[in-house]
Order: sequence, then structure tokens, then C-alpha cells
Amino acid sequence: MNSTANLVELRDIGVRMGRTPVLRGLDLTIEPGEVVGIRGANGSGKTTLLRLVATLLRPSEGTGRVLGAGLTDPARYEIRRQVALIGHVPALYDELTLEENTKFVARFCGAGAERIAEVLDVVGLTEARTRRVRECSAGMQRRAEFARVLLGNPKIVLFDEAHSGLDASATPLVEHVIKSVVAADGAAMVVSHQEDRTAPFTDRVLELDQGRLWEAA
Amino acid sequence: MSLPFWSQAGEIARADLRSESRTGEVMAVTIPFGAVALLLIPFGIGTDAPLLRQIGVGIYWAVVLLFGMLVALRRSAAEGPAQRDLLGLLGVDPAARFAGRALSTGVLVLAFEVVLGPIAIALYDARITGWAWLILVVPMVAAGLALLSTLIGSIVGGSGAAPALVPFLVAPLAIPMLLAATQSLEGLRLGESILAWLLLLAAMDLVLAIAGVLTARPLQEVR
Repeated sequence: MNSTANLVELRDIGVRMGRTPVLRGLDLTIEPGEVVGIRGANGSGKTTLLRLVATLLRPSEGTGRVLGAGLTDPARYEIRRQVALIGHVPALYDELTLEENTKFVARFCGAGAERIAEVLDVVGLTEARTRRVRECSAGMQRRAEFARVLLGNPKIVLFDEAHSGLDASATPLVEHVIKSVVAADGAAMVVSHQEDRTAPFTDRVLELDQGRLWEAA
Repeated sequence: MSLPFWSQAGEIARADLRSESRTGEVMAVTIPFGAVALLLIPFGIGTDAPLLRQIGVGIYWAVVLLFGMLVALRRSAAEGPAQRDLLGLLGVDPAARFAGRALSTGVLVLAFEVVLGPIAIALYDARITGWAWLILVVPMVAAGLALLSTLIGSIVGGSGAAPALVPFLVAPLAIPMLLAATQSLEGLRLGESILAWLLLLAAMDLVLAIAGVLTARPLQEVR
């Protein structure tokens, strides 16, 4: 895939959970370097959309490609490593320390000890690195997730409530993580209820309403 | 860059075991309950020493099976959807994930067996000859039980069914294992050959390992 190709292309996508339609007739294109904000009410399908773009969900209808791989092709397994998803619930092992969690991810990303120390420093967890996750605040856990993104150098980063658990002083960190991905011809999708905190770095904002995606006014 | 299969499995198992070593769920909760179960059963049967000696081995394996299942269930429940997504996005081979989870569960079940073994021998006055064979029997049962529980846990998790189904699926499938384990020790007690039972255990372990590896990807993707 060349660098100018769209990173995400979804056409007439529908996703059903059981008999309930969650996404309907959804079209979305994301180009390299783009930061797309997504807003929508609870239950509008934001998380489903992120998991779909992460190729963790298969569409019930429609077609789509992420980083050149079809959403139902076996090739999607290969591109997943280039996608980072920061969801509602932290993907951390509660009984491991922040550093051990970061090392766990680093082993799969091929990152060394120096890089681990560097990203922990960037996200402001150097001092807290020996704390177990279950002893950490939601904000610290969020920062550990950002460290994971920085380690993996993904082409696409997907944030579900980017600022969840973070105070205002962490806004530059969110921006730094997004910029580091976008600067390498990547893209970001940011779901947030706090639009005022994401607006400064989103190129466009889409509204998800009853499973359909609209260009926000 | 992708980690080799066994390195991936090793990472998963290491994270699991490190978590276990800190929560102590198996060592501090499940093992004492298993020991108490072994202790209480003779009270229900009576003080008939020859009878206890005769059924002691069977009771030991039944307790291992029941509590081993519990160990496997607790480990499966420890992994939430967010962690499953993370492992998927890290490019972890689903088969390596299965192997890693089965490996960590196997280590815990083995620890359970090893700690409870002497307790069972002391309580039931079990007289076994050919102790060296236990070096094969005990790990083979641990591996089988871990593989079976991990596989059934994946199937139930993948299909979205209630976790309460796991014991109902594991127990009937574990009956040949329970039979082979009990008969192996009974054979050792009587000084008979246990080769046939060892082969049954090995065959079960192999079939479960192959089934787990082959179904790992489809079961992950069904979510």
C-alpha cells in the first residue's frame, strides 16, 4: 500500500449485534495525516465503529478496507499490529506494574529497555512505574495506555474517550500521541464527549446518530 | 517483527503466573479448599481404613478435577474483552495465546496436585509402589485438565454463552482422564502395568492440544 492511499475506507457498512442494528449504511474514508473526531450519544455505535476499524469486528453488511486489508480478509490479521485502540476499559493486567505492562507490550513490538524508559518518561510515569495497575488512578492507567501506543508506532490510533480520567494538564499528552502517529502519515479517530478538548486537533468532526454517520454541523 | 510462537506463549503464561503469584488465588484459596475437601470426605464415609485406602486415589483425582476446573475458570475470567482486543492488536497468534493460557493453567494445576498429593497419601494411607511413574502421570493429568478447561473456556467465551456452562462441558469430557489417572495409580498400587492408561492420557493431551490450536483462530474471530 502506498502512503497516499486511504488508510480507512468503509462503504455501506452495517453491523448487527444479534438482531439489533448498531451501525447502518455507514460510509467513512480516512486519509493519511487526518484526525477525525466522532461524537454521538451513548449507544450510538461509537465503540462498535472503533472496533470495526480495528478489524476486531466483522461487518454484517457492506465492504471496507483498513490499511489495504479487507475487513473480512485474512490479511486483516497482519495489519492489526499497525492499529492501536484505546478503549473505555484499560487493556492492562491489574496485578502487574505499569512498567511490567509496558514491557509486556514492548516484547511484542520489538522495543528495547531504552525505548520503554523513554515512553514512560514521555507519558509521565517514570516515578510511578513500579506501581501495580490496580493501585493506580484512572488517569495513570490512561497514561500507560498512551505508552503502549507510542511503543507500537501504529499507523492508525483509535481513542474511545481520549480524555477519560485525565485532567486538563494531560491534554498536551493526548495531542502529542496523536501528532506522533499523524506525523508518520498515520491517522487518528477520536471519540469524545468533551468536544472542546479534542476540537483543537481534529481536522473534521462526524456525528454518529442511530448507527449512521453524518458530517457534523 | 513477530515473536516466535513459543515466545508469545511464554509471554502470556508469564504474565498469567506473575498475576497469580501476586493475588495468590490458587495457592491461598483453591489449595486450602481442596485440602479441606480431602479432609472432610473421610468423615462422610466413616473410619473404615481399608475402604478409605481403596477409594483414596479416586477421591484425590476427583478433587483435583473439580478444583483444577475452578483454577482454569478463574484464569479464563481474569482476561477481559479489553485484554483480548489488545492481544489481537499486538498480533499475538491465537494458538500461542491458547498455548500460553493452557501452560499457565497447567503449572497451577500441577502445583495443586503436588501440594495435595502428600495430604491425600497421609489421610487415606495410600500405598503406592512404582513412585517414579508419578513423574509422568501427574503432569500428564495436569496438562490434560489445563488443555481441556482452556479449550472449553475459549468455546464458551467465544460463543458468548454463560461461563456456568464450563463445568458441565468439562466434567463429562474429563471422565476418561479421571479414569486413566485413577487406574494408573491403582495399577501402581497393585504392581500392574499402567502403559495402556498412560497412552490414553497422552492421546487425550495430544487431541486436546491439536483441537485447541486448530480452533483458536475461529474462536477468537467469532467475538
